[in-house]
Amino acid sequence: MLYREAGDFKTSYAEDNQTFPIKFDRYAYYLLLVAAFGVVPFFINDYWANAVLVPFLIYAIATIGLNILIGYCGQLSLGTGGFMAVGAFASYKLMTAFPEVSIIVHILLAGGITALVGMAFGLPSLRIKGFYLAVATLAAQFFLVWLFNRVPWFYNYSASGQISAPERSVFGINVTGPNVDAWAQYMVCLVFVFASAWLARNLTRGTMGRSWMAIRDMDIAAEIIGVNPLKAKLTAFAVSSFFIGIAGALLFTVYLGAAEVGEAFGIQKSFLVLFMVIIGGLGSIFGSFAGAAFMVLLPVLLKNVLVGGMNWPTDVAAHFQFVIVGALIIAFLILEPHGLAQLWRVAKEKLRLWPFPH
Amino acid sequence: MKLKLATLALSALMAAAPAMAELVYPSLSYRTGPYAAGGIPFADGYADYFTLLNERDGGIGGVKAKVLECETGYSTEKGVECYESTKGEGALVYQPLSTGITYQLIPKVTADGIPMHTMGYGRTSAANGKVFSNVFNYPANYWNGASLAINHLLDINGGDIKGKKVALVYHNSAYGKEPIRTLEELAKKHGFELSLLAVDHPGQEQKSQWLQIRREKPDYVLMWGWGVMNQVAIQEAVNIRFPMENFIGIWWSGSENDVLPAGDAANGYKAVTFHNVGNDFPVFDDIQKYVVDTGKAAGAGDQIGTVLYNRGLYAAMLAAEATRKAQELSGNAQITAADMRNGMEALEITEERMTELGMPGFGPSFKVSCANHGGPGTGAIQQWDAAAKEWKLISDFGPSDMEVIQPLIDEDSMAYAKENNITPRDCN
Amino acid sequence: MSAEFYYGVEVFLNGLMAGVMYSLVALGFVLIFKASGIFNYAQGVMALFAAMTLVGLQTGQVPFSHLINATFGVHITHFGWELPALVAIFLTVLVMILFAFLVERLVLKHLVNQEPIILFMATIGLAYFMEGFGDLMWGSDIKKLDVGIPQGGNVWVENHTAFLGGDDFYGFYLDTLDIIAALVAIVLVTVLVLFSQYTKTGRALRAVADDHQAALSVGISLRTIWVIVWSIAGFVALVAGIMWGSKSGVQFSLSLIALKALPVLMLGGFTSIPGAIVGGLIIGVGEKMFDFLIGSPYLGGATENWFAYVLALLFLVFRPQGLFGEKIIERV
Repeated sequence: MLYREAGDFKTSYAEDNQTFPIKFDRYAYYLLLVAAFGVVPFFINDYWANAVLVPFLIYAIATIGLNILIGYCGQLSLGTGGFMAVGAFASYKLMTAFPEVSIIVHILLAGGITALVGMAFGLPSLRIKGFYLAVATLAAQFFLVWLFNRVPWFYNYSASGQISAPERSVFGINVTGPNVDAWAQYMVCLVFVFASAWLARNLTRGTMGRSWMAIRDMDIAAEIIGVNPLKAKLTAFAVSSFFIGIAGALLFTVYLGAAEVGEAFGIQKSFLVLFMVIIGGLGSIFGSFAGAAFMVLLPVLLKNVLVGGMNWPTDVAAHFQFVIVGALIIAFLILEPHGLAQLWRVAKEKLRLWPFPH
Repeated sequence: MKLKLATLALSALMAAAPAMAELVYPSLSYRTGPYAAGGIPFADGYADYFTLLNERDGGIGGVKAKVLECETGYSTEKGVECYESTKGEGALVYQPLSTGITYQLIPKVTADGIPMHTMGYGRTSAANGKVFSNVFNYPANYWNGASLAINHLLDINGGDIKGKKVALVYHNSAYGKEPIRTLEELAKKHGFELSLLAVDHPGQEQKSQWLQIRREKPDYVLMWGWGVMNQVAIQEAVNIRFPMENFIGIWWSGSENDVLPAGDAANGYKAVTFHNVGNDFPVFDDIQKYVVDTGKAAGAGDQIGTVLYNRGLYAAMLAAEATRKAQELSGNAQITAADMRNGMEALEITEERMTELGMPGFGPSFKVSCANHGGPGTGAIQQWDAAAKEWKLISDFGPSDMEVIQPLIDEDSMAYAKENNITPRDCN
Repeated sequence: MSAEFYYGVEVFLNGLMAGVMYSLVALGFVLIFKASGIFNYAQGVMALFAAMTLVGLQTGQVPFSHLINATFGVHITHFGWELPALVAIFLTVLVMILFAFLVERLVLKHLVNQEPIILFMATIGLAYFMEGFGDLMWGSDIKKLDVGIPQGGNVWVENHTAFLGGDDFYGFYLDTLDIIAALVAIVLVTVLVLFSQYTKTGRALRAVADDHQAALSVGISLRTIWVIVWSIAGFVALVAGIMWGSKSGVQFSLSLIALKALPVLMLGGFTSIPGAIVGGLIIGVGEKMFDFLIGSPYLGGATENWFAYVLALLFLVFRPQGLFGEKIIERV
């Protein structure tokens, strides 16, 4: 009834190619933006920011980054944790070396540095494919974590090897350090998420994105029609690592405030982000958000329901949490193998016809 | 849609108002994940002591104590979630039980004015109360532990370990690297030779390290391990027939969990500790009577008297005593987190008081002050008796070498103060 | 020859032994990947679950005791009997077969003909599920695993090789457990190869591995084959769980041994049983020798984890399908 395209006329190519061709979608999107930028900051408290929204937003950036590599370019990577560590340590070194420069610049630079590192470790992708490529990125994962642990220069020779984010502000408002307001943390992450999603969406439907997808669908055929695999694969690694680096920098500076490389950026982080990508749906920006939401929000929700709502012992609840998340993943797969994004697409198709399905 | 449902459910839960007239002690525990075996007994001990106080004495100063347990699984991110979800409920003192969580909570608790007690872990230089106003790590820290282990070696060698070879097997992380600085200083002072062997997380494969030990034949091996690394290291030491009495672990490498899998061969293994072991204290009779027999024991109730259970119990006792001190200072039975901080800073544990509590000789007697949040840094050595399946203290609680440690604490805490623009408090 | 040389030989030998231990884990991955094209993320958790079940049955633990106690307020932990190791192993194998059956029934059946990445993700869900389920069933404390396998440096080898290197050399150190693990691995691989070459089921397995559609069309039941393969993989997981669990006790970290198998898989190829063994040996020797010669003396140690991957990477650059992997034929 409400969700339909009848009467929604398009008179130019630009209109036809827009991200949200259906009016209802478009308005829902604008409404979401207004709510996210204009409403949520006024109601957010520490718990919502730190337990739910900030991690969700940061993981959404990382998931978008990895999705570009896996979902759009078809290159499997298990080095996300290591690349996030590069972002975090780069931002730490920059923050402590140039305290007068804005932290936003530092985070962007950290993303840039990560992009370079990502490209270096992406080189073997020219020769190794599929699951075997994971070895190159796993080498990056383990080597980078070892390196940041081993070389004291990276953590400014502190006694224990932990890095702590000093206090920094944007327009006079604290965004890192202990005296930061929930809304400021949230807003910084939101701006980065918005910019990343916008950038990713437009990159993936431009020339670059098309060459990535050509490589993904069949690399030899792509090569024959003139896609340069070196350029396509390395740009995918660079762009993907750029986003992942930003996510790592935000995770460290805005969210955690202190980090130890093995614990915060270990192999389990690589797997976590990979799960988000697959569960959300490969090759979909919306899927990246859905996957991040699933993996971040569901455990928190389950914990609150089982421990807070039903007063179960915390360990039984934690075990059940694993059982339920696992069962849900399998159930979702059986229902819709292509992730939450596909589920969403199917739901929209159904909605278009509702209530007259024929 | 999912998000909306989550929002609804969450906001319904968040709306439940915290019950008043309670003393709230959050316990960030980990009963799952790779370190569960270490987290379970600690959390049980911590909860059981407060249950005992509630059942036997009707709480602390007439106010019931409430332990808010929150599962972290040893993950820093879940730790943040736990902190944020419990701090609004009147949390008095945090026990994060993880070095990683400690580091990120240090600035947060300071900003929120809630004290944090990291007993035998966390940031060692937090012992400097002038810089770390809200963080306490009495009665002993890792650097004390390193010095205590070396002191033990001095004891058994008649005070001279010049030229001896000491190897440190450590978890290749912030935690494992803690003692290196101190040991290097001590090596200079006492003239022993120190070699370092890093073991990567999780530490299931340590063949290289132990072959190296077999080759180089150090006189003593120290260990800073946690989780599966402990069991494997002890097993490998047994395998290469390293004399177990020359193998000394830090307190996190010295629980029943660590030695039991290796069986009888682990006999004689030693560990540093800052509290007593076993269940031969009057307080355990009360726990049996008021907690276990009434069916109120935390967890499965099968951990009572183990090393880590005792550590949880000890942490709870110190928290309860600090609460009493805070009640006394503020004159209110229902104290705030700020009162609690003052109470912790004025805490004094005496032998008489511990006897009164049914825990004679359970830990050292000590006094906390504004400048010294680290306590006396005393500790003892415990040894494993595989036949009886129990740990025994084989030394008294002795002092550590503060001459070496204090400058290191000052240096590291001042570096932190500088990096974070903190002006050290005036403590006179 | 100097003692230093013999120490090098000793590290080499121990690298081989460690490699066998990695191969045991990798074998389970290869079996499932070969038969169904699934990269089974849950293999590590299966090893943990099998070992937990073994210990639980052996010591007569009551399954779900913690849950039962929490719900009904009772205090039960053990049945009070203990089973001999062999009986317990046999029962555990039955449990793993039941598990394989359930996985096929509840998960795989519904996902026939999906892309590999989807099946991979299903095993992630499975891993999550089993992690929680195993802990609920048997508790998350460390359990001692003792099925009577001796361990410790082998005195006989030591005494008989001590003459080699002079006063500074004590003879080669070899862990008895590792030697037994090596023997078990040899037996296991031989049996698996004989099974797949000379039995009817084995031939069916190979047919399925070659081509699902063709196998179906000649009347091989894909579903039965999958149950069989997952059962064998469950059995291999049990063997790996026993060997690793004897050393460290049975605990959560046992599931992380899968990480040690990854470079082995990539090096040896996902589809080759001999590849898993040879790959394991190369990784084991490579990482130990690197640590001995370069890592420990010059780089501060703990280099094994990443070097295993770098080594696998070096091999892959020259042979992108793994040492024994099937030749990748690229067609447009």
